Amino acid sequence: MSEASPARAYASHLGVMALLFVLSFLLPEYYHGLLARIMVLAVFAMGYNILFGYVGLLSLGHAMFFGAGLYGAGLAVIQLGWSVPSAFLGGIGCGAVLALAIGLLALRTTGVAFMIVTMMFAQVFYLVILYFATWTGGDQGMVVPQPARVLTFGATALDLTNPTVRYMTALALFSLVLLITLAIVRSRYGRVLVAIRENEERTKMLGYDTFSNKLAAVVVSGAICAASGAAYALLFGYVGSSFASVQYSILPLLWVLLGGAATTLGPLIGTLFMYYVIDITSGYTSAYLLIVGIALILLVLFFPKGILGSIRQRWLGWLP
Amino acid sequence: MAFGPHLLLAALEGLVTSAVLALTALGLSLVFGVMRVVNVAHGEFFMLGAVLAWAITTAIGGHPALGFLAALVIAPLIVGAIALVAEQLVLRRLNYNPEATIVATIGMLYIIQQLALTFYGPEARPVEPPFSYRILLPWFGYSGYKLSVIAASALLLVATWLVLTRTKIGLVMRATQYDSETAQAFGIPVDRVYGGVFALGAMLAAVAAVLIVPISQAHYLMGQDPLLLSFIVVIIGGLGSLRGTVVAAVLIGLSDGIISMFFSPTLAKIIATLLVAMVLVFRPQGLFGTASR
Repeated sequence: MSEASPARAYASHLGVMALLFVLSFLLPEYYHGLLARIMVLAVFAMGYNILFGYVGLLSLGHAMFFGAGLYGAGLAVIQLGWSVPSAFLGGIGCGAVLALAIGLLALRTTGVAFMIVTMMFAQVFYLVILYFATWTGGDQGMVVPQPARVLTFGATALDLTNPTVRYMTALALFSLVLLITLAIVRSRYGRVLVAIRENEERTKMLGYDTFSNKLAAVVVSGAICAASGAAYALLFGYVGSSFASVQYSILPLLWVLLGGAATTLGPLIGTLFMYYVIDITSGYTSAYLLIVGIALILLVLFFPKGILGSIRQRWLGWLP
Repeated sequence: MAFGPHLLLAALEGLVTSAVLALTALGLSLVFGVMRVVNVAHGEFFMLGAVLAWAITTAIGGHPALGFLAALVIAPLIVGAIALVAEQLVLRRLNYNPEATIVATIGMLYIIQQLALTFYGPEARPVEPPFSYRILLPWFGYSGYKLSVIAASALLLVATWLVLTRTKIGLVMRATQYDSETAQAFGIPVDRVYGGVFALGAMLAAVAAVLIVPISQAHYLMGQDPLLLSFIVVIIGGLGSLRGTVVAAVLIGLSDGIISMFFSPTLAKIIATLLVAMVLVFRPQGLFGTASR
């Protein structure tokens, strides 16, 4: 996090976006679809990273924000017949409101209690989805019908089920969130968040209202995760309760740890890496949770800084 | 059945749940109290106990009581050994950092669960109870084995309490819990105490699982509910408070039994989880615990 090179930081991020854009024309069909999914899930990881990486708050319940976006958008389209853009915004709104409520409660606790409280709220969210199975489809989930997934601007209609459109939409969302994250991290507000992570008492003493800063971070993080969920529902057409389960609270943690907490590009690298590891190993074994488990333990034991965190420490100090 | 007997039946079922829950939660509470480690893999030690009980009773055969008694001794020992190895290989190297250990125990959870699925399979398998005597009450017959589970659990709880309060081992453990650095300075091998406590916590979960497995079958996902319920019990009872844990286990077990007999179990879980989260938010020391130092 050096002061010197905003140009270099922005150039490297634009480079990554350009690379992803070019890849769209080069990749074979299977990996094309996979990468679109990874970009949407990387947005989830980036949202998680804001809170975990920069504020140092380890939440074990972010699946509920992803789920809020997923169900907010999915239910709006399926049950209320909303259009795609308003459903997307509705999903983000659900996530932000939920994050505000959860933040107000959970931020009263710290440390281990914060992790358990967030996990429990997420569990409640998950059970509520199962309980209202008449509307949510319970554990079978719902499919968003193809005709509802068309984006119309005046005369032009973009069919989100078309692979190229889907890829470009995912890339657009990913790029937007990446730039937002970069802007937040480089702003005054981002520095306050890091200061809270490093020493909350001292930050308080310097006159910053740490509670409202943390609350804002929870809401931003929740809204980004909800955006990812809403995009997932609209792009891939499936809304299921498994996305709200504990496992989807653990996965963003794993992706961020792997890629490097408190690095802007780390979440993408972590998600990409983990997806490919699982993709490759699933050719040999169906036990992909075993890989997740081993990866988690090895990471905390030997690479607590993650891939990009280690690279930044050793070679590229300017990396945001 | 009239309302009264129905309630009695629900209460009895609740007490069986409480008995098993108290043992499981005590293990979690000990590990948290002494080591300050939140062991997310605790439910998987419970599941391992049940799966091993099935394996042992199947391997021994003969009279069900014989296999069951063997399982009651051997399964916890194996689980304890596994926990000890995990503690030495992973937790110790993390210096018991609370956040890193949570992530690591999540990793253990996935590994144990997946290995159980691979080697044991996705089926739920029953274990025969050691005896099948029915106690005839005026309104309904009730399984004698279930009542003996309550008795066995109470016995084990008292034994644990005696060990903690009356023996040298218990003294050493409490000293480590109170102030590990000073304990170390007084020549207490804190590392070995931590290893022992982690193994003991896992063994308590395994014993609880062996006791319950003749009633509910062994399944590779069976660790999830006990984990959540144990968390609830430990939080309500106050993190690290032994007496609170037992009281809370009885409270939660009874209310779980009664609520889920009259209402939807999902709704019961929603209410319980939400209430507990609120307790943790507004009264972090638990309902029975004292404020932390």
